Amino acid sequence: MSTTRQLLNSVQVARFVAHGFLRLDGIVPQEMNEEALEVLAAGLPSVPYGTPVPKAFPEGSFTRRLLDLPAVAGALESLVGPGPEIDHHALHVREPREGSAQPLHADALIDVRPDAFDVQLMYYPQEVTADMGGTLIVPGSHLRRINESDTGRYQNLLGQTRLTCPAGTVVLVHHGIWHGGRRNDSDIVRRMYKIRFNPTVPQVRLWDTADLDAPAVREELGRYFPWYEQATARLEILNRVRLWRTLTGDPHFDIEHWATRIDNRPAAQRSTA
Amino acid sequence: MTLSTTVRQQVLVLYLDTSALDSWVKGWARYDGTGRTRPTTGDSDEPPYRTGVEALLDGWRLFQASQLIPPYPGAEHETSFLKHEFFFERLVETAEEPG
Repeated sequence: MSTTRQLLNSVQVARFVAHGFLRLDGIVPQEMNEEALEVLAAGLPSVPYGTPVPKAFPEGSFTRRLLDLPAVAGALESLVGPGPEIDHHALHVREPREGSAQPLHADALIDVRPDAFDVQLMYYPQEVTADMGGTLIVPGSHLRRINESDTGRYQNLLGQTRLTCPAGTVVLVHHGIWHGGRRNDSDIVRRMYKIRFNPTVPQVRLWDTADLDAPAVREELGRYFPWYEQATARLEILNRVRLWRTLTGDPHFDIEHWATRIDNRPAAQRSTA
Repeated sequence: MTLSTTVRQQVLVLYLDTSALDSWVKGWARYDGTGRTRPTTGDSDEPPYRTGVEALLDGWRLFQASQLIPPYPGAEHETSFLKHEFFFERLVETAEEPG
């Protein structure tokens, strides 16, 4: 199998910065999906925090082959860079007719790093239908500063994504994304394999930047989501601008004039000159 | 045996576009003290009402609204929880459990 990675372009990375996730529908071959169900049922190997990928998942192992799929390898390298470390990995199961959903949450601790982010890979080896409790994801929630399940009160938000997908779908999410396993109202066990990656290099221009100045980049970064309150939506875009400046190394990037306007302090600049 | 009734509370939480009660619904949650329904996370994509006032028109009683709190100094541009949270209740008669 080819292991040539397929890097994301700037529009795709801008879309990730705005949405907080990237979907790769049905990219894992069916024979691997069938193998995955056996591998996951047998139990995952223990991986200590901070283990490099080659050590965590030896050549030929199922997970290594999953990560070496060109679309997966390229997307991961574009977002977290080469040589990431495995934070942890786990199988997530939603049992048939279990009666409840996970509260809406972000994983781990409140995480306010301005110049780094972790990526979590969610792999669905089965087709996920509407009644199987596919993961609830709230687009554009990843830059909000909340701690773990403190958002549990929010049952539904306008424009939320209730994941349905073909077998072999991979979703890459920013560590801050609000999400939760929905109630499984079907008779089928739903499985999802999650792997968290920590970057080991500065996350600056790691993707194919040939289209960096394309108008579609700004369109993605300026996107509103239906659940945003009118005023807070502008702050969301400001925070995306700040993240994009970090990811591109361009301290002057802006949407409209919002960041530039509030950075403008002639008196302060004169006193430090 | 005489059938008696008792009252139970249903709660509706609406998250609105601005601090105005007649602004658009952006998020919602329901809790049912009668036990007749079991609302949960991610169970619907369509809000029960378009605005907070629509809930009033349908008989829900507002009992709490979030305060307007100035941003903390130094954190003026940070985003976090939804700001405009309104709690409504409806009291529903239900058959009392036999003692």
